[in-house]
Amino acid sequence: MDAAPALAKPIEVEAQGLHYARGGRVIMHDLSCRFPAGRISVVVGASGCGKTTLLRMIACLNRPHAGRILIDGTEDVAHLSDGEVHAFRRRVGMLFQGGALLDSMTVFDNVALPLREHSGFPESRIRDEVHRVFEAVGLANVDELLPGQLSGGMVKRAGLARALVERPDLLLCDEPFSGLDPPTIRRIEELLLFVNQNLGGTMIITSHHNETTMRIADHVVMMVDRAAVSGRPRELLAGGDARVAEFFADVADSVPGAAP
Amino acid sequence: MRESPRQELWVGMFVLVGLAAAAYLSIAIGNLRAGGAGGLEIVATFDEIGGLKPRARVVVGGVKVGQVKAIDLADDFRARVTLDVDEQLPLPADTSASILTSGVLGDQYVALEPGGDPTTLAAGDEIQFTQSAVVLERLIGKLIQNLGSGSSGDGGADGSDDAGGEAADEGGGAE
Amino acid sequence: MSALGGVQSLGARSIAFVRDLGRFSVFSLRLGNAARRPPYRWRRLVREIYDTGVLSLVIVCISGLAVGMVLGLQGHNTLARFGATGSLGAVVGLSLIRELGPVLTSLLVAGRAGSAMAAEIASMVVTEQLDGLRMMSVDPLDFVVAPKAQAMLISMPLLSTLFVLFGIFGGYVVGVVVLGGDPGSYMSTLTDAVVFRDDVLGGFLKAGVFGLLVGLVATYRGYTALPTSTGVSAAATSTVVIASVATLIVDYFITALWGY
Repeated sequence: MDAAPALAKPIEVEAQGLHYARGGRVIMHDLSCRFPAGRISVVVGASGCGKTTLLRMIACLNRPHAGRILIDGTEDVAHLSDGEVHAFRRRVGMLFQGGALLDSMTVFDNVALPLREHSGFPESRIRDEVHRVFEAVGLANVDELLPGQLSGGMVKRAGLARALVERPDLLLCDEPFSGLDPPTIRRIEELLLFVNQNLGGTMIITSHHNETTMRIADHVVMMVDRAAVSGRPRELLAGGDARVAEFFADVADSVPGAAP
Repeated sequence: MRESPRQELWVGMFVLVGLAAAAYLSIAIGNLRAGGAGGLEIVATFDEIGGLKPRARVVVGGVKVGQVKAIDLADDFRARVTLDVDEQLPLPADTSASILTSGVLGDQYVALEPGGDPTTLAAGDEIQFTQSAVVLERLIGKLIQNLGSGSSGDGGADGSDDAGGEAADEGGGAE
Repeated sequence: MSALGGVQSLGARSIAFVRDLGRFSVFSLRLGNAARRPPYRWRRLVREIYDTGVLSLVIVCISGLAVGMVLGLQGHNTLARFGATGSLGAVVGLSLIRELGPVLTSLLVAGRAGSAMAAEIASMVVTEQLDGLRMMSVDPLDFVVAPKAQAMLISMPLLSTLFVLFGIFGGYVVGVVVLGGDPGSYMSTLTDAVVFRDDVLGGFLKAGVFGLLVGLVATYRGYTALPTSTGVSAAATSTVVIASVATLIVDYFITALWGY
């Protein structure tokens, strides 16, 4: 993103005492955690533990049954009115697991959609902006393609481009590495690091890909037993929690070496 | 969000053809007139309308010129029939109206017979000369009564005159 | 005990039905609001009219022709017993204009376009495309759902009218050309019998109401589908069933209230 003008104003997210149940099953019970401003936080945990639900709560797509989600220590996004949700989401970009691109529209139109809806820019300016994000996420010659014609990695990139095109202060990525081959995973990793360094927004990622977590996370939130433990990756592993040690067993050897 | 022009063309054609079909259905088949309310309204009062119904045809010399708009009972217990006829038609003031039947058992309709008066009927005018419907059952009933009581009957004479008159008029109308 | 259980399940079904009806009403009101307020999405509306209207054109016209030909044959044979084959035009035309045109078109369109509409929205729910729109602060009701319902409302009367005209033509072909009826009396009994307000306008009214009904049922079933692949197929199937039965029931009430 060369000559990217305005940097994002990173925001801090803090969840306090979240409760959530679905179909009679309690998924979260008094869950509290913090996502530091401007950093990459990775949410990990077993399948079905509510990682995606937590992300959707921060995005106001799901509401917790109890508890608060504070933005910069003050605004509670768990209890916003419809209009406030609109305003808040303008500051948030989200990459969905399957990309969530509208498959009746071309890739270009998908990425241009948020600008056409909100910015009021002329079409030439929109074209420049979209091509700039395409370049930043490493996409070329995809303008007229439909999402169905893209590969898995390209779909993630296009989804990321759409999430970034309005320069969000908070970027949420739901399983950005799922279903990708190892080289593509590394390229997406680099891309996320690049975006974090150059745009400077807060990033919250869910993943069950431990190697990646260890490589990119500034902060790890692990969901266990309907609550969360968190910390810097190395501290968390060194903390001696048996549940954490079990979960990260596959990368336990590599961590001391990999972490600076 | 850019549409292929072909798709837009198809949609445009679809809407145009659909609206044209709706217009045809309304105007050519549904008899909708641009003026809305319709043509010239004139009134005719009959002693007996038989099976005449609203929307029945109004003809001049067998050619359809309008339809029966409404039927109601006048103050003197006669049937007041409102006719809706083509306003371009200069009907003389002495036009007469009769209720006829198409075929033996067919629908009943109103036949107008223009006279020679130079003044024409205006909206709301009443037709002076009317001929009631022939009710077949009554006609047959009277015929049987006449045959049964013979020529010497007292009350039957009145009825026989009446029936004869109507039959003659029917013949005249059919000419 | 089992009788009690039966009563209990009947009660549960009744409550579920009423709740569903309530949700449907709320959904319809929200959809109406979204459609009434700007921005008006003309291009998306054109696309949807193409999908529902233009692509249904062929089956509607062919069905209309076939129904008209059957009416011509049946009507001719029945009227021949009374020596009244001259009235064939009135019989064919009135049945088509008042009942068969709007009702059969609605059933056909519910089966062809309504089920597709429900399935498309439901699969957008499954793949998080609607959530993706929400995250861009774009209301999916306004952007995706409303143009579809509006397209149904616009297409249905036009399709029904074409069905009627093709049916009248089909009746003419059989009654006059094949069976040798009188061409003049076919059209003159037709135009004599048809009244604009009672028959033609009533037919338009029915087609419009059915269009609204099918559009709302299809979009509601799609929008509230469970986010699974069975949810998508259930949305499509239930749209056809509910829209068809509702068409027939509502048809009775319009017929009774319009004062035929």
